[in-house]
Amino acid sequence: MAAADTNPKPTMRLDLKVLGPILALVVLVVIGAMMNGNFLSAGNITNVLSRSAFIGIIAVGMTFVITAGGLDLSVGSMAAFIAGLMILVMNGLLPVMGVGWPLVFVGMLTAIVAGTAAGFINGFLITNMRIEAFIVTLGTMGIYRSLVTWLADGGTLSLDFGMRAIIRPIYFDGILGISWPIIVFALVAILGEVVMRRGAFGRHAAAVGSNDQVARYSSVNVNRVRMMTYVGLGVLVGIATIMYVPRLGSASSSTGVLWELEAIAAVIIGGTMLKGGFGRVWGTVIGVLILSLIGNILNLTDGVSPYLNGAVQGVIIILAVILQRDKKAEG
Amino acid sequence: MKLTNSIGAFALAATLAMPAFAQDTKVIGVSIPAATHGWAGGMNFHAQQAVDRLEAVYPQLDFVLATASDPAKQVNDIEDMMATRNIDALVVLPFESEPLTSPVKAVADSGAWVTVVDRGLAIEGIEDLYVAGDNSGFGKVSGEYMVSAMPDGGKIVAFRGIPTSIDNERVAGFEAAIEGSGIEIIGMEHGNWNRDDSFVVMEDFLSKHEQIDAVWASDDDMAIGVLAAIEAAGRDDIKFVLGGAGMKEMIARTRDGDAMIPANVTYPPAMIATAIEMTAVGLTSTAPVSGTFVIGSVLITQDNAAEFYYPDSPF
Repeated sequence: MAAADTNPKPTMRLDLKVLGPILALVVLVVIGAMMNGNFLSAGNITNVLSRSAFIGIIAVGMTFVITAGGLDLSVGSMAAFIAGLMILVMNGLLPVMGVGWPLVFVGMLTAIVAGTAAGFINGFLITNMRIEAFIVTLGTMGIYRSLVTWLADGGTLSLDFGMRAIIRPIYFDGILGISWPIIVFALVAILGEVVMRRGAFGRHAAAVGSNDQVARYSSVNVNRVRMMTYVGLGVLVGIATIMYVPRLGSASSSTGVLWELEAIAAVIIGGTMLKGGFGRVWGTVIGVLILSLIGNILNLTDGVSPYLNGAVQGVIIILAVILQRDKKAEG
Repeated sequence: MKLTNSIGAFALAATLAMPAFAQDTKVIGVSIPAATHGWAGGMNFHAQQAVDRLEAVYPQLDFVLATASDPAKQVNDIEDMMATRNIDALVVLPFESEPLTSPVKAVADSGAWVTVVDRGLAIEGIEDLYVAGDNSGFGKVSGEYMVSAMPDGGKIVAFRGIPTSIDNERVAGFEAAIEGSGIEIIGMEHGNWNRDDSFVVMEDFLSKHEQIDAVWASDDDMAIGVLAAIEAAGRDDIKFVLGGAGMKEMIARTRDGDAMIPANVTYPPAMIATAIEMTAVGLTSTAPVSGTFVIGSVLITQDNAAEFYYPDSPF
């Protein structure tokens, strides 16, 4: 299979390509711990991991899309649109169903169904209509962003106050002091890692991303694999939205802005190849943590002007990728 | 965002299709940014309301309302209004000062009346009427309230908006007002007028600082994020959060006596309505309306909150 040669065999040799992201993460943790005593407190760690969960869950799905040679720019707007839809459905059914968990489950179902549908639309246009993924998802990005603005009438969609009290624990509570977003993020990441490393689907996605002609001759159903990566990503955007809505109970046109770029950046920092053919889910998780730690550390320290936050972020992203660049010339 | 654009374009096209019945019908073009955040949503709402109301009041006036999602689109809108509708007056809330200056100057040079709202143009003296919000006043009123609410001083954290001159003027006004009062700003970060960003920043402020007496969120969207973070952390050292701009949900909480939100400071999105009304008066009467009209930022407390509550507005 074409992906075989790009799939690094586990060796004892310490490889910067693998270690790069981990090294960057460790350096950030050390810097953070030196800068502020509260950095390693349970509260701060919970905060950082919980807020990473939205991008993290989406980025795991994005890893598969990129591995299969695709791209999805629409996830941020899609999340905003699904969040708006979820709130509207729950508010709308409130008089019928009353405040309570059944209504929350309807809301969750709405998010999953909408995510699946949105992913299917992207996948259908890309595989069956043969339009470039960049163009399709750029289009749907604009569509979902407008739709949420339109649904909210330019303002903010807010969940009914009584419902907010019921749904709040989904973000803030958990089991044994570990909040639900962290648990869900961990489950999604583990599942993603297993599918990528051990599942046929992971191998097929890498094969399609590496060389879709060869994959086709190897009897991989290329369109089906591509389609499944987009549908999977849509479902994960729905799950991320289920975690997001309980936090503030609102959605507006400023929800999820630039999430797509953060997710793509996390995937690339983690060692997945932007041109496809090789993906690393655990790397993506590290990439997500690196991105949120930078923001967290900058907030916890005083030295850097807030105007320069973006610059610090950019330097660290580039450094993390330099650490793991391919020594051979790229073909 | 794009959808409101096309509505704007549709409105433009629909009005274009109408033949000019009477020669003395005057056309007022209104060009504003699209509803991309809460405040702009409120401003769009008030602009539409003002246009509907004035079209009923003045049969001799026609209005063209266009919303733009970026400065380039706004330049196109204004050029279209000039070329195809021959507007007699333009009411414009510039997306950004620099790129809009020369197109608006071209409108002024053609002899049409120009009203600029909120954000000034890069060159002075182009507009006939400038309806302005008072950003340094907004900061000053907020700072003065902080001083009166914390007579013994205390430690506060402050939230800034998107880095712009608007934000700088507000912060400068605020800092001047609290100077020497014993109130110390122990942390200041950009929340970008965004709930999610402010939630994250406040979580980090709460980790960083053991004791925070109050928060100047400077905007109601940011205040909502801040309040959610405080609630989640279960901290009770923070006495109150001062937002701003007068979002209706927050006004309602002040009106109902919520101790965490004892006050608000206005920066009314309805200033677009003021500008459209004054322009209409200028075109239809002999009353002089040229000059600068500064809409002051007012302190809202529980006593007067009911007057500032607009139930129909999206903001």
